[in-house]
Amino acid sequence: MAIPISYNIRNLRLRKGLTIMTALGIALTVTTAIFLMALLTGLQRAFVSSGDPLNVLVLRKGSEAELSGGFDAANFPTLKNLPGIAKDSHGEPMASGEWVVVIVLPRKDGTGEVNVTVRGMMPDGLELRPKVKLVSGRWFTPGQREVVVSQSINKRFSQANIGDSMQFGKGPWKVVGIFDAGGSAYESEIWGDVNQMASDFDRQGGFSSAYLRATDPVAAQALKNRVSDDQRLKLEGVLEPDYYAKQTSSGTPIKIIGWTVAIIMAIGSSFAAMNTMYAAVAYRSREIATLRVIGFSRPSILTSFVFESVLLSLLGAVVGIILMLPFNGMTTGTSNAVTFSEVVFSLRMTTQVLGAAIVFALIMGLFGGIAPAWQAARRDILSALRD
Amino acid sequence: MTLSSFVVRNAFRNKRRSILTMLSIGFSLLLLTLMMTIWRTFYIDAGAPNSAQRLITRHKVSLTFFIPGYYRDKIRSIPGVVAVAPMAWFGGRYKDDKPENFFAQFATDPNEYLVAASDKVVPADQVEAWKRDRAGAMVDAELAKKYGWKIGDKITLQGTIFPVNPELTIRAIYKIDPPNRALYFNRTYLEEAVPFFKGQTGFYYTRVASADDVSRISGAIDDLFHNSPQPTKTESEKAFQLGFIAMLGNVKAFILSICGAVVFAILLVSANTIAMSIRERTREVAMLKTLGFTRRGVLSLFVGESVALAIVGGGLGVLGAALLVTAVSHSPAGIGVPGGLRMTAGTMGVALLVAAAMGFLSACLPAYNASRVNIVEGLRHIG
Repeated sequence: MAIPISYNIRNLRLRKGLTIMTALGIALTVTTAIFLMALLTGLQRAFVSSGDPLNVLVLRKGSEAELSGGFDAANFPTLKNLPGIAKDSHGEPMASGEWVVVIVLPRKDGTGEVNVTVRGMMPDGLELRPKVKLVSGRWFTPGQREVVVSQSINKRFSQANIGDSMQFGKGPWKVVGIFDAGGSAYESEIWGDVNQMASDFDRQGGFSSAYLRATDPVAAQALKNRVSDDQRLKLEGVLEPDYYAKQTSSGTPIKIIGWTVAIIMAIGSSFAAMNTMYAAVAYRSREIATLRVIGFSRPSILTSFVFESVLLSLLGAVVGIILMLPFNGMTTGTSNAVTFSEVVFSLRMTTQVLGAAIVFALIMGLFGGIAPAWQAARRDILSALRD
Repeated sequence: MTLSSFVVRNAFRNKRRSILTMLSIGFSLLLLTLMMTIWRTFYIDAGAPNSAQRLITRHKVSLTFFIPGYYRDKIRSIPGVVAVAPMAWFGGRYKDDKPENFFAQFATDPNEYLVAASDKVVPADQVEAWKRDRAGAMVDAELAKKYGWKIGDKITLQGTIFPVNPELTIRAIYKIDPPNRALYFNRTYLEEAVPFFKGQTGFYYTRVASADDVSRISGAIDDLFHNSPQPTKTESEKAFQLGFIAMLGNVKAFILSICGAVVFAILLVSANTIAMSIRERTREVAMLKTLGFTRRGVLSLFVGESVALAIVGGGLGVLGAALLVTAVSHSPAGIGVPGGLRMTAGTMGVALLVAAAMGFLSACLPAYNASRVNIVEGLRHIG
């Protein structure tokens, strides 16, 4: 027969101080773990959601990123006339030759300078990124020194409001609009006209990359192969989602440091939980013996104490989750290992993150509870009663 | 029985609890010490003495833009400049694109690079051999060990930024502490293979005669090119490295919040233990008081016990951290840390002080309560 759960709950409530302190210790560990997992989830999402399966990114053969690409603009008409490209609103093939440069901007809060990606594009560049929406202002006009910035750039850097001028390249650029990139990697970019950008950075006559939009996913695959196989071009086609999937490696330093921290903290809190459970067992040795006399079996006592420890850690997990809630959705940035520029992302407490946090707490509870529960179950009835 | 031996005996009356508490505090302090070490390396350490004499000049817009090669002579003409080495980040692949096979590769001028980077130790004959061979490379001893490279071995890198796959011969192997696992090769090779790189360079690595001149000279360099199409930004080597750390995100806040959580965790654990042990000893406290111990005496007994536990646990944690830092700084992961991780006596001392302070703080309230126990009540206490 199992010991009722209410017994454990009442026991935890009886020694309030001890329970609260142990649970708080576990909560701190859970908070740290959630913070790190939410960080990684947000980063992952920034990259995964960036790629559009219909878009084929064209780079110079052998180059791995837009930044290190660069090819002759004379190749662009050939690319544009490849079969399988969707038509834009003017009935032309939807393709955009682009220039990507990295500039250094100071953060608004004064915590240092950050590399930011500036992308020059053709008018079709806006059309082939339908997920990106204009929030306020208007898009840049081709041929003008105008830029649109993402929402997070607008928030994080000074001189990035509509009507401001940003200083980079050879002079001021007027900010005319703010766009929402839906948490994708574009959330960290500034966009403008490709010809203006190229002349500002003395890169006329070339593109760092080109984007082609295919009519359907099958055509995208074919288009990608056609670009890569064309011997004259010496270019390489990549499906946009594949390109961004590779960049998720930027999260590796956070991942390594994060897990080291979380695991060390978890070991520390498990020991604390173990201490609390040993004390719980010691206080109740006579009670446990009585339970045995009444007829509860050893396994049910073992289960009951393990369960109490798990309950304690779950309480900690809940407190930890509540402590972290205000940080959900907070935006932050880290350096992109491929483009060397900052990628902005939000902390995401998804159900997976919460689930993992609870499992994490459960493991701490189990680890801390098994040895004391084992001791409780094995105690000799007579000597315990005499205590 | 002296007071201190009384404290020690009491601290270990429940061995299991004391050990668990110490382990718990130990792990927390291990983390704290690690974080403090990282903080120290990033923000306090000035780096190698040589490093303070070195400047890095890059394109003002960003490191990804080239700057002209003729800047070199102009920089060299500034009084106080000892050597100027042109550098370019090659960023190639070796074998495959797995992250563990990645290492830094630079194209530079062998004639002047080692004057600027005088802290790299290379046998003179190897330096000469490297200077003579246009397709020669100089590699870090640790890196050579990892791949089993010897002088005279041939390796091929695959260019990603530059459209060329250089075939290099290892001519020199240098030693530096801490190792940086990098490869340097002759920029002439790159210039000849890549037309767009001709007459260009990525950044300049400048050594000045005295560390006091650093700010004057870096200002002078930037003034030289202020109105040119390629303006520059010059900073000390340390500031340049800090720029990369700043890009990782808000590292300072990250470290501080972890430290805060850890310190608070120590406080909780230690307070918990001391509260448990005082609870068990209510009758004992009353007895001590009957024997003539003052409130103050009782208070200091418990506080001493808590501090002793925290210090022993903290000591274990600090030791563990020291071992871990030594291990990490010799592993591939430690190479990415500019300046290298190092554990100092100061950091250890501060960590132990934090532990002691937490032990003290956590015992205050429960011990104060215990010292106020009414003798008659306390003697009657069961449990």
